[in-house]
Amino acid sequence: MPPLPSSVSSAPLAGAAPWVLQTRGLAGQRGDRALFERLDLGLAPGSVTWLRGRNGRGKTSLLRLLAGLSTPMAGEVLVCGRTLRQGGPEWRRRLVYIGHQNALKEDLSAAESLRFLARLHGVPVDDALLAQALRRMGVINRQHAPVRTLSQGQRRRVALARLVLSLDAPLWLLDEPFDALDADGVAALNGVITEHAAGGGCVLLTSHQPLSLLQPEPAILDLEPYAVA
Amino acid sequence: MKASTVAPETAGTSMADLFVCVLMRDLKLASRRRIDALLPLAFFLVALSLFPLGVGPEPQMLRDIAPGIVWVCALLASMLSVGSLFAGDHADGSLEQMLLAPQPAIAVAAAKCTAHWLLTGLPLIVASPLVGLLFGMSGPALAALVFGLLLGTPILSLLGALGAALTLGLRSGGMLLILIVLPLATPALIFGAGAVGTVEAGMSAAGHFSLLGALLIVTALGAPLATAAALRISTE
Repeated sequence: MPPLPSSVSSAPLAGAAPWVLQTRGLAGQRGDRALFERLDLGLAPGSVTWLRGRNGRGKTSLLRLLAGLSTPMAGEVLVCGRTLRQGGPEWRRRLVYIGHQNALKEDLSAAESLRFLARLHGVPVDDALLAQALRRMGVINRQHAPVRTLSQGQRRRVALARLVLSLDAPLWLLDEPFDALDADGVAALNGVITEHAAGGGCVLLTSHQPLSLLQPEPAILDLEPYAVA
Repeated sequence: MKASTVAPETAGTSMADLFVCVLMRDLKLASRRRIDALLPLAFFLVALSLFPLGVGPEPQMLRDIAPGIVWVCALLASMLSVGSLFAGDHADGSLEQMLLAPQPAIAVAAAKCTAHWLLTGLPLIVASPLVGLLFGMSGPALAALVFGLLLGTPILSLLGALGAALTLGLRSGGMLLILIVLPLATPALIFGAGAVGTVEAGMSAAGHFSLLGALLIVTALGAPLATAAALRISTE
């Protein structure tokens, strides 16, 4: 895999580039501890970027920063040329962030949980769309089962089924999406990511497992060079 | 897909849609855990039923202290469930997703407050006439108690949600929550119990109700905003 292909640039970025997301001099922290600094990157439409770094280096913190869930120590995040504040609600409508936690409620069924998450983000859904998304992730036979009865892998699949409903969202930020997935689950997720990228979508993901995604070839963004000593 | 522009046109949700979405989910979750949902009401009834045993069965004394103890028990029952208002959503990642919704987080805060009131405050109001009768309260006093609780219990839910958001994720957050909310809720307690006492003395409780109403308006305007801001800070 190329370490820094055109979709991920560490050089200062020209404003004219059609980046879905850019950062300029971004610095992040967790608590009082600075994690990374001077991070300039640009994510192009149709790209998949694998965010790498050792444990505690700040991968999750970076994803949360880019999603607008936390505030940077320094620098700025531009989405389609506008700051997160300027993009505001319109941007949040077009962003999918799936974190470590699956955001599923134990007492709701898989379909109810997925419907709630879709409605929360303004994604119109009906029973057929929900069934299609769950079928694609291989959990259609568990759609009416309470989440508390699902295995960790099945829960992850339900959470990731949201991606099938959000293929038109320009940016997906995925924190360890392959965690707990078996080979079929990984293949299903790879298929969804490939379809998203083929449609011009952009994916930034973390993974401690080697990626098996073939199309598009994932670019690597290593956080080590930006680590604060 | 136009990935390079943030399109201004979106069908999507309004704040009302987000409010209804979160409210209905919370009510559905409560319906799946009925025992947990009934706990504040059970606490309210059990605590009130202990007072005649503790202070004695003398009817006049029970009539005199009834408004105060009903309000204190309502406050404590309300606090019992408010600690977990955001904790579950915070732990399983749902709260992050709510804060990433396109609409302002104030809709989430308002929906959670409303759900808390419907599940805690409203049952207490419904049960309060029965409690009043057990304590020998008169008809007008009962009406004043119910109307006072109708104005006052939403204040308790709104302040409780603010306290829960401020202490979210903190160790010993439960104790801090009580220390934050109880002083803020004291005026509602005083005016609510005072209204019943005023009616029993044969006077109009309009002043007490006006003050309770003003408190409700101020709290309803300010608390959801502050709760939304506190949620964002707590999840950073």
